[in-house]
Order: sequence, then C-alpha cells, then structure tokens
Amino acid sequence: MEFTEKHVEGLKELLYKMADDLLIIGHRNSEWTGLGPMLEEDIAFSSMAQDKIGQSLALFELLHELGESDPDTVAFTRNDNQFHCSQLVELPIGEYDFSMVRHFFFDHAEAIRFEMLADSVFEPLAMVARKFKGEIKYHTMHADIFMQKLAAGGEESFSRMQNAINETFGLALGMFEPGKFEAELIEAGIFGGEAELQQRWLDKVVPLLESFGYVVPKVESTEPAFGGRHGVHTPHLQPLLDEMTEVFSIDPGADW
Amino acid sequence: MPNSIKALLETVMDPEIPTISIVDLGIVTGIESPEPGHAIIELTPTFSGCPALRIMEQMVHDKLAESGYTHIEVKTTFNKQWNTNMITEKGLIALKQHGLAPPPKHDGYIELDVLSDTPCPYCNSRNTEMQTPFGPTLCRSMHYCKNCLNAFEAFKPVS
Repeated sequence: MEFTEKHVEGLKELLYKMADDLLIIGHRNSEWTGLGPMLEEDIAFSSMAQDKIGQSLALFELLHELGESDPDTVAFTRNDNQFHCSQLVELPIGEYDFSMVRHFFFDHAEAIRFEMLADSVFEPLAMVARKFKGEIKYHTMHADIFMQKLAAGGEESFSRMQNAINETFGLALGMFEPGKFEAELIEAGIFGGEAELQQRWLDKVVPLLESFGYVVPKVESTEPAFGGRHGVHTPHLQPLLDEMTEVFSIDPGADW
Repeated sequence: MPNSIKALLETVMDPEIPTISIVDLGIVTGIESPEPGHAIIELTPTFSGCPALRIMEQMVHDKLAESGYTHIEVKTTFNKQWNTNMITEKGLIALKQHGLAPPPKHDGYIELDVLSDTPCPYCNSRNTEMQTPFGPTLCRSMHYCKNCLNAFEAFKPVS
C-alpha cells in the first residue's frame, strides 16, 4: 500500500506522542535516583528511566528519517505546547504510591502498544517495537509485583495505593486520546488505534488490579485527562523541560 | 573477506564485560566487504538505552582502521532484534568467567520465575534467590546464593 500524505502525518503524530511519553516518563523516573524507598527500587526506577530514554531516542531517529529535525534538537528545543506527551507522564513523581501506580498504568499501555505495532506495515517501526517488547517485559513484571505486594502490605499501604489508583485512573485514560488520523492509521495497517489499545489495556489492568484486591473506577464515570496529545499541558511540564534542557541551552552546539 | 573481518571483531571486547567479544555477544548482525579495504558493519543494540553502544561502534571502527581498512562504515540498526539466545556457547562461558550467571535459553516468552533459581556462577548451586530484576547495567539482574552466601549478578534473559 502506498502511503498518502495523511498516512505520513498520522505516523509522525503517533511517533511524536510515543517518543514524548517515553522521554518525559524517563526523565520523571530518573528523579527517583538516590531517593528510592530502598536501594533495589532506586536502581529499578533508574534502569527503567534509562530504557525509556533509549527507546525515545530510537523513535526520534525514526522521525528524523521521516524528515523531522535531529533527535537532540527535537528533544531539547521545544516548549511545552509543542510536546505531545500525555498529562499522566509529566506530573511530578509525588509520593511513591503515585509513581508506582503511574508506572503500572503507563507500562502496561506501552507494552500493548508495542505488541500492536510489532505487526505494523511500517516496517522500521515494527522492528523497533519488536525490540522494545522484550525490554518492557521487565517493567511490567516489576510494576505487577509491587502493585501486588503493596496491596497486601497492611491497611495504610492498601489505602494509599487504592487512593492513588482512584486519582490516577482518569490521567491514565488520557493516554488514549484519539489523534487526528486514527482512521487512516487503522486503514493502512500502521497502527490499530487508540480505542483498541484502551480496550486491550482495560482487559489487562482491570482484572489484574481486582485480583490484587483493589477496586478500579468505572471508565464511564471517569473524566479522561485529555489535552496532552495536542499540546495542552499541566503547569508541571514547562519547569521539567527547563530543567532537562538547562545544560543543552547553555551551548546548543557543544561537541560532547 | 567477511571471515577475516569477523576474526578481527572477535578481538573487540564488550567494554563493560571484557571477557566476551561483541561477536560472541551476538550483536554483530552484518559484515560486508564489497571490495578490498572496505568494511560495512552492522551492529544491533542489546538494550536500546545501552550507553556502551557508541563506544562499541568506535572500537569496531578503530580495530578495522588499525588493520588497514580504509573505508569503514559502522551502523547500529534494529533490522535484526537482539535477544539473549544470540549469545554463542563460547559467549555464555565468557560471561561466567566474568562472574555473571549466563542467561538461560528461552522460547521467546519470559516470566520472572526463570530468574528465581538462577545457578550461582561461583558454586553452581541452584539454591539462590533473585533480589531484583534490575542491576548495575540494563542487562543484569541481582541475586543471592544461599549455598555459598555470595551475592552475584546474572545476565538476564531478554526476548
């Protein structure tokens, strides 16, 4: 199938939101370095951060091959309204309960997204997705273990996790905000679409959380935190970008 | 010609695990020499966030240059996706020599229990437990041997 202009636009939109999600969650995860509740968690969040930033680089390189600027320029010179990450990933790390629930919701969505993309007709993306699938397996396993352990960790532990689930669920649904080119991407076989992804995600995370003893809010009565995919962000993103790009901004042409 | 290039690359060691060559690690996915003095090498990343990647590209470049190759191209691609089954038998032994438990062969489907009784690289006991699937580098997990009471690391299986 020949790609039309709309297919390419849709593909770029898809790559931008995935790359931005990974770059920003990677940066947020890295903020646990040195602050984890125990050494192993410190290392886990740092390792996952490193994986995610590596994955975002691979996606920015695909965008570069499609005619966008080089990865450093794209990652380090845009303002918040040019970012396509979901609002979920940009929020500060908060307490460990929120970070863990975000990690659980985000990584299951990513794992399913990569699984879907592994069959994409856009072969360069399919190859990258097949690679990421194996890496992210460790991220979802980590999230599952801790969601389960913390559910069984006593009254305070359970209620904090349950509250974090309640507060984070709408933000997580914001990940599945449809793009402008959903129909074109589905028709061309590039990506199965956000609606299918959301359904598969719900089929995965809801039974899992219920098996750990949590109550999952209803989709119908939860307002999804949309906006991030088209540049509408919380006040938390720009300060993060300022910090992330501080060194780069001092001398953008520096040779490292 | 590709065979002599391969022999050269067998002397390029992983910068983080100096007992294993990049060939035995399984990351050399393409060797071409369209004419004498030319070498086109394709590498594939173990993990997409691996910081050693650029260093390995440079090491390959340097090794070929000092061996007389004048036109050298080293590129990293995802065309062939690395997994731990691509580590050679020699490579698995080399990992153990470095004190890392080698990854078990897998059929593409990995669950945490494959890590739970990883054989200790020091005493070979399976009376071990995994401490965390994340370690000092992206490719390692951390374990404890209840037999010889040593902490050890494993090169974790990746599909």
